[in-house]
Amino acid sequence: MSVKVIATAADRRLLDESRGTRAMTWIMAIMLFLTVLAAALGLGTLGAAALLDRQLAGRLTVQIVEAVESKRLDQTQRALAVLRTDPVVTRAVEVDRAKLTTLLRPWLGADEADPDLPIPAMIDVDLRAASDAAVARVRDGVRAVAPSARIDRHESWMSPVRSFMGMVTLLAAGLVLLMAAATAAVVILAARAGLETHRDTIEVLHMLGSTDVQVARLFQRRIALDTLIGGVLGTIGAVGVVLLVGWQLTTLGSDLLGGLSLGTRDWVLLGALPFAFAVLATLAARQAVLGALGRYL
Amino acid sequence: MANIVQFENVGLRYGTGQETLSDVSFTLSTGAFYFLTGASGAGKTSLLKLLYLAQRPTRGSIRLFGEDAVTLPRSRLPGFRRRIGVVFQDFRLVPHLSAYDNIALPLRVSGVPESDVEAPVREMLAWVGLSDRVDAKPPTLSGGEQQRVAIARAVIGRPEILVADEPTGNVDPDMAERLLHLFDSLNRLGTTVVVATHDFHLLGRIQKAHMMRLDHGRLLDPTGSLRFPPPNAPGGSE
Ligand SMILES: Nc1ncnc2c1ncn2[C@@H]1O[C@H](COP(=O)(O)OP(=O)(O)O)[C@@H](O)[C@H]1O
Ligand SMILES: [Mg+2]
Repeated sequence: MSVKVIATAADRRLLDESRGTRAMTWIMAIMLFLTVLAAALGLGTLGAAALLDRQLAGRLTVQIVEAVESKRLDQTQRALAVLRTDPVVTRAVEVDRAKLTTLLRPWLGADEADPDLPIPAMIDVDLRAASDAAVARVRDGVRAVAPSARIDRHESWMSPVRSFMGMVTLLAAGLVLLMAAATAAVVILAARAGLETHRDTIEVLHMLGSTDVQVARLFQRRIALDTLIGGVLGTIGAVGVVLLVGWQLTTLGSDLLGGLSLGTRDWVLLGALPFAFAVLATLAARQAVLGALGRYL
Repeated sequence: MANIVQFENVGLRYGTGQETLSDVSFTLSTGAFYFLTGASGAGKTSLLKLLYLAQRPTRGSIRLFGEDAVTLPRSRLPGFRRRIGVVFQDFRLVPHLSAYDNIALPLRVSGVPESDVEAPVREMLAWVGLSDRVDAKPPTLSGGEQQRVAIARAVIGRPEILVADEPTGNVDPDMAERLLHLFDSLNRLGTTVVVATHDFHLLGRIQKAHMMRLDHGRLLDPTGSLRFPPPNAPGGSE
């Protein structure tokens, strides 16, 4: 199937171009503006989620569950010493005990915590590499000096922020698909309206021996061009907005939102959207026209 | 001489009314010239529509170029239609295209390269006396001028069959004769010509022409062997 987008001058004259507004161009500009914004949000969130995954995957919590305070303190210090000499560990910090007590107060009651109550000591650990082997080595090292130690690996799905990001990404993907479906529907309606407008011309073309594919080509060329021009305009507008928002985010200096950046691959994907939509529109127009022409004699 | 068209017991009914054409049987010989006459409403246009594949018959069989045209699949219609030139009674010019582009349409539809379009189009424009109206759009042309553009468009592709539905209805007698001469020239080059008309002045101009007469949807002489003037008409027989 050949989709020749460049029509000859004679072909362009066949469908009266002065008639019928170029509404399609503006509709496509709006469609692509919204689609590119949704896609940028989705891709940015996806990137931030991946970053978060990497961070969470390399994070461990070591608990020293030892009732006897002196032993607990001793084991904690030794565990810290082991952790800090391990090359895979980038950070090992004991969680401040006062802070921990504050955190636990809602569960333990407002009274001063029972000194006999064995609150475990906790150490936050960041690993350079999140491999299972690295985690196992850290676990063995800590257990050797602190037999009561429990090592918990953070699971990314446990993070509510992470699941929110997943939801935003899905939502954005859903929006892009919806916009694609809406675009196809608009193009099909426009193609049918165009067929009705040019009915007399098409009948003459048929009588002179035009094939349905020849007639469809007249429409699909025009729709390809209109949708591409509109799509590129809308994309340019949306990219402008994305750049503006990105610049605003960097000035916020937020750790969490800082992950919301677009990589080269993301930009390429966004730039390909108007072309993908133009191809979609062209195929939809072709199918609509061929389907409708099948009912002519 | 081989038959290029063969109708057998063809009937045509629009909607649920009575038949517009009934029991129409005739054959057209390749390279011959035919006049189709009959009063207004007799069914001339309907018969020609069956011939140029704008309409399927309700019953009967039609053979065209040696093939069954009734059961012809849609995909093969364009190929058949390119072999038939049609002058529509209502011209059917594309209003937003110039006279030049209207006449060039059949060539472009058939995929003739643009470099080979101009010479024949200019030649046709000269033939129908419209060389000075090359860029005029049909709505700015007179009825007679539109008719001449329609004729030029019908013959430019050197069709095997030329079907003309009252092609001289809007032109003065001089131009009518000139156009008839054009059909005659085309016929001499081998095109089978069918001209529907109720202009009796024309009928005597082509001596070799066969006559077909329609009356209320029936062909009066199914053999298509009548000559002008009809043997039973005042003016005598051959
Ligand atoms: N598309 C149509 N639908 C219904 N009736 C039609 C149609 N075309 C022609 N007719 C009827 O068929 C009859 C023959 O018409 P037509 O073939 O145009 O005759 P002619 O060309 O000899 O004047 C007329 O009564 C006309 O009203
Ligand atoms: Mg008629």
